Amino acid sequence: MSQATLRIQKISGHAGTVPGEDTQREFTVCKLVDTTTCIGCKACEVACVEWNDMPFSQTTFDNTYQTMPDTRWNYWNLILFNEHEREDGTLQWLMRKHQCMHCAEPGCLEACPADGAIVQYTNGVVDFQQDHCIGCGYCVTGCPFNIPKFNSVTKRMYKCSLCTDRVSQGLEPACIKSCPTGCLHFGSKDDMKFLAEKRAKQLREHFGYENAGVYDPPGVGGTGVIYVLHDATKPELYGGLPSNPTIPLAVKFWKHPLKWLGNIALVGGLIGLFAHYLRFGPKAHDEPDVASKEGD
Amino acid sequence: MTNGWVDMKNTDMMLIMGGNPAENHPCGFKWPVEAKRTRNAKMIVVDPRFTRTAAVADMFCQIRAGTDIAFLGGLIHYAIENNRIAKDYLVNYTNAGFIVEKDFKLPDVDGLFSGFDDQKQTYNRASWNYQGSGGKSPAPPAPKPGQPPALPALPGTVDFDPTLENPNCVFQLLKKHYSRYTPEMVERITGIPKEQFLKAADLYTSVRKDGDMKKVSTIIYAVGWTHHSFGTQIIRTAAILQLVMGNVGRAGGGVNALRGHSNIQGATDMAGLFDSLPGYLKTPTPADASFDDWMKRVTPTSSKPAAWDSFNYYSNTPKFTVSFLKALYGDAATKQNGWAFDYLPKVDRNYSWVQMWDDMYNGTLKGMLAFGMNGVAIGPNSKKNIDALKKADFLVVGEIYPNETSDFWRAPGISTDEMKQIQTTVYNLPCAGFAEKDGSMTNSARWVLWKNTAVPTPGDARLDHAILAQIFLKVRELYKKEGGKFPDPILNLTWNYSFPSSPPLAEVLKEINGKALADLEDPATKQQIKAGQQLPGFAWLKDDGTTSCGNWIYSGAFTEAGNQSARRDPSDPSGMGVHPAWGWSWPANRRVLYNRASCDVEGKPWDPSRKQVWWSEATQKWVGNDVPDFKADSKPKDHMGPFIMTAEGVGRIFGPLAAFADGPFPEFYEPIESPIDNPLHPQQTHNPVVKRFKTPDDKYGTPKDGYTIVCTTYRMTEHYHYWTKNNPMNVQLVPEPFIEIPAELANDIGVHGGEKIKVSSIRGEYIAKAMVTKRIKPMIIDGKKVYQIGFQIHQGYRGIEEDEGKNARTLANLLTPTVYDPNSYTPEFKGFLVKVERA
Amino acid sequence: MDASRRDFLKIATVGGTAAAVFGFDLKPAFAELRTLKIGRASETRSTCPYCAVGCGTIIYTIGDRAKNVTAQVVHVEGDPDHPTNRGTLCPKGSSLQQEIMNDRRLLKPQVRRPGGTDWQDISWDDAINEIAARVKKTRDDTFVEKDAAGHTVNRLESVAFIGGCTDTNEFNYLVVKAMRALGVVHLENQARV
Repeated sequence: MSQATLRIQKISGHAGTVPGEDTQREFTVCKLVDTTTCIGCKACEVACVEWNDMPFSQTTFDNTYQTMPDTRWNYWNLILFNEHEREDGTLQWLMRKHQCMHCAEPGCLEACPADGAIVQYTNGVVDFQQDHCIGCGYCVTGCPFNIPKFNSVTKRMYKCSLCTDRVSQGLEPACIKSCPTGCLHFGSKDDMKFLAEKRAKQLREHFGYENAGVYDPPGVGGTGVIYVLHDATKPELYGGLPSNPTIPLAVKFWKHPLKWLGNIALVGGLIGLFAHYLRFGPKAHDEPDVASKEGD
Repeated sequence: MTNGWVDMKNTDMMLIMGGNPAENHPCGFKWPVEAKRTRNAKMIVVDPRFTRTAAVADMFCQIRAGTDIAFLGGLIHYAIENNRIAKDYLVNYTNAGFIVEKDFKLPDVDGLFSGFDDQKQTYNRASWNYQGSGGKSPAPPAPKPGQPPALPALPGTVDFDPTLENPNCVFQLLKKHYSRYTPEMVERITGIPKEQFLKAADLYTSVRKDGDMKKVSTIIYAVGWTHHSFGTQIIRTAAILQLVMGNVGRAGGGVNALRGHSNIQGATDMAGLFDSLPGYLKTPTPADASFDDWMKRVTPTSSKPAAWDSFNYYSNTPKFTVSFLKALYGDAATKQNGWAFDYLPKVDRNYSWVQMWDDMYNGTLKGMLAFGMNGVAIGPNSKKNIDALKKADFLVVGEIYPNETSDFWRAPGISTDEMKQIQTTVYNLPCAGFAEKDGSMTNSARWVLWKNTAVPTPGDARLDHAILAQIFLKVRELYKKEGGKFPDPILNLTWNYSFPSSPPLAEVLKEINGKALADLEDPATKQQIKAGQQLPGFAWLKDDGTTSCGNWIYSGAFTEAGNQSARRDPSDPSGMGVHPAWGWSWPANRRVLYNRASCDVEGKPWDPSRKQVWWSEATQKWVGNDVPDFKADSKPKDHMGPFIMTAEGVGRIFGPLAAFADGPFPEFYEPIESPIDNPLHPQQTHNPVVKRFKTPDDKYGTPKDGYTIVCTTYRMTEHYHYWTKNNPMNVQLVPEPFIEIPAELANDIGVHGGEKIKVSSIRGEYIAKAMVTKRIKPMIIDGKKVYQIGFQIHQGYRGIEEDEGKNARTLANLLTPTVYDPNSYTPEFKGFLVKVERA
Repeated sequence: MDASRRDFLKIATVGGTAAAVFGFDLKPAFAELRTLKIGRASETRSTCPYCAVGCGTIIYTIGDRAKNVTAQVVHVEGDPDHPTNRGTLCPKGSSLQQEIMNDRRLLKPQVRRPGGTDWQDISWDDAINEIAARVKKTRDDTFVEKDAAGHTVNRLESVAFIGGCTDTNEFNYLVVKAMRALGVVHLENQARV
């Protein structure tokens, strides 16, 4: 069994404070995606599927270079292709790596009722813990980027783990390493912000993109994936990147008072169970019992 | 390529045309992107489609497929008219000032250069020559009985005008030749609006504004230029433009061919092609009565202005050739038998790819061994190739997956009854994947890189070279036992490997590198090499039988110091992407070819911030960050030309005599199937020396037959040729074939994206789903609206989706024509005519 | 496959919620992560077989190269030292693991006889013997020693060799040796097309 662990700073559905919170300093990791040098080659898609040993998923041609319409439970990383005609008649073929944004204030975690199913590590990575997941799908409601995906066999939610197995061992994520043009970059959030702003300035000054800028939306506290865009005033052009993503009010509203009331594992658990029952019905017996593996 | 992948980061300007590197060479494409990021370099993409490369370019021009010469000729015209030329470079490093024979005629009137023989459809190229000094030119030698008249030689000393004013000098002829390629003409031919062309021309040539030499621009291309019936001449036009602008030999410059496959460069170097021997040595012809005759014909003598010097490195051809024959035949190659000259097959006609399938179709070619080569799927005209294989006696396929060639006898459309009529015996031999064998491969930058074996072959699969060796050794055994026709070369071929039935590849590379067969001494340095030792490089090769070398340009790859191709020192002391100790680069570990031209006549770098090589007064030698591609002790004042592989020592703007089959300057001709007559000379629309084939499978369509849409074929980044349709991870990215069509065309025929359409050429049909896109626009060509479409080639009838019946089981190359470039013999896969309809 | 993914995490100390209720807990929460799948794998330096960029790759195989182990490829990644690709790979290079470990690979020699409608198995010895005999017979039947003008040409115009462009320089050189010795002139390659 691996010795690798990561320290947690936020836990979903958890009563009280997070043990050990704020007792250690760690830099926040960040992926920088420079859409102006993305060639849509999908190396990052394959690197993700290969590294994470994902099973084959059937696709069909759909009038686009895009592999599939949206990410799947076993396809966490997707290049979105968009043809855009500018006012001067010239064409832009915009490509954007779409994946979990690893928000500083993760809506999925806020919305999740299952204790420990979603955690945020002290390095900023937001990770799903499938063995605590109850498959209620509330994380979908909380996510402004439509990222978490449900596996109907395991009845659990999945998304990009930011290759925690690699990152914790000192390696960069698989997608980052593969990227042929260097449109993907990995490092501390501060460094990535610096690089991104510098690149945006270069695009404004030397390449005629007057509105070039950096996408790091404050509505979710900033993100662990930031974009350089040719036109930061129109993020929607890049496959519907929301211009001001926030955690839905409903999630904030019912989640915080509940936590405030405290004690809570029970109530949260009951709600979770109830939600799960409503959504999926009773648990089938042939499901692999994940909890029993905990003693391995 | 003249330069290298990493070197592209040194450029200021890129013209990417006839290639889509973001799609097909993504990891190499990082260096053009790096130039944009670190130098604010600009990128111009010219392509029939708005490609993945265009997506990150600074400017995109949509060009009609196959009209590249018109665009590039227009650029040459623009550069000359606007003084964006490198005057000193032109005068001193190219043949711009050479005076051309008076009888030479440009094709400006009738589309033909001087010397065209209408009946034979070839050129008599005698007038395509320089004028000898004092106006005297050598007369052609008297023809031998039964032989066509021989060409005259290049004059030893050439008349020369350093002012470039003489109306018959190469520069003035060039200027006149391309004066017809006006922006208006470029628009009529290519479909690129005049204003857009002028913008592109201004941007590209801006690096040479007012003749300033500091900046440098590069041209990057791939098979989008070679897949034409005038492909070589497209590349020539690019080379001329780069010479005129002084960009060749310089860091961040050059003409850079992005070769397709991992070892396509090495396969070319090793001469897996009918018309050459390893290291680009020319094959002997039946008219070469002896080894000496052959050498006399193929060894150039220098041709230059009297005051200049020319290294003429190919004057060493006999040394390379004798050493090659010693490598092949060892002691059986002696001076007395002309180094086993008779053992070499003599070649005097075309046996190239398209011709080969024609020979099989016509019954003269009976058997074929195909290793890692899917001839049916690659085409062109896949149906003809299938029909040809039906007539063969035997086919041996060495592959790692089942493919269209091994399974040609059960191609879609062949019934069981018909299958029973096919008499071809087919052997399907399981070979080794890349991870299962070691050996070296040569990338597009000429870097020879050794790889290691990671895993054994699966099942009963065997190493490719072991299978080849076992077949050869069995044939040899049969000849030993039974005798037969001319067994001498078979019996005498050297095969002294420690495991003959599976030769260790390191031993083979040592043989390729070459060794001393007797004790040698360099008279200048007194350095000695003992008999049996590996040679340090090709400078040691001898024409007296005391050296052996399988391929002279690889001499230096495996020396007494060990396997140089296995070196893995990533350091780059100059920071210019040279990486001199990573693997080994031919020739002589040089990373940028012609790098002497990166300096002015005095030997000082044009741009001191990008120093490659320079003349050191202190040591009286050429030194630098790269290995000088030059005679190390040739003083600048001796004026030796930097292009040491030409007889002239200079870059050839004018390609004299036999250099090219179809003209010493590139002229624009229409593809064999074209929607319009050639606007330059409607009476001569096509390349006049191109051959058409005549079997019932060889058909060529015209707009009159209803074929009006220009079609092109290409590769995608998600797939590798016909392999990755066996790989689930790639299949899920692009699971099925599709055809890219302009939105306006889709509207015309009433088709939505994702619906099936049928594309037909006169040779066949291709049905797949439509991708309706804004990335291909309708074009106005010579006043006519013309549509352009294209499709990728990666599917077939054997693959994951094919075997499960999920995709169309059809071959893209059913549509492509059997016609090829007269210089390179590469087929015209791009720019043919089709119709499009709903399926 | 799912099981291996799912056992990747657990939270070490989150169970004790009661303690947390009373305030700040200095014993931090950790999550255990999926095992690094290449942690103990062997590394082999290789070159990608696809395009002419010639990217350096590192092939990770299970097993420590002990005699009793048949190595299996678990992962292929770019070689970060390689000056050209610097660790990156394209979507084809990134899938090389499946190019090596692929259940569609040909594993045994087969022959399709004249008029045949399917493959039959054949032993390597039989295949090599038959092919060599065919090459020899075709050569002996059709070898051209002199052309119409009486020049010695010594060529074999009835057997072709076509090669792909992903095999090694050494293989290509051996092909030229063997084929030119036979007199083959239809010698062609992917390099042409």
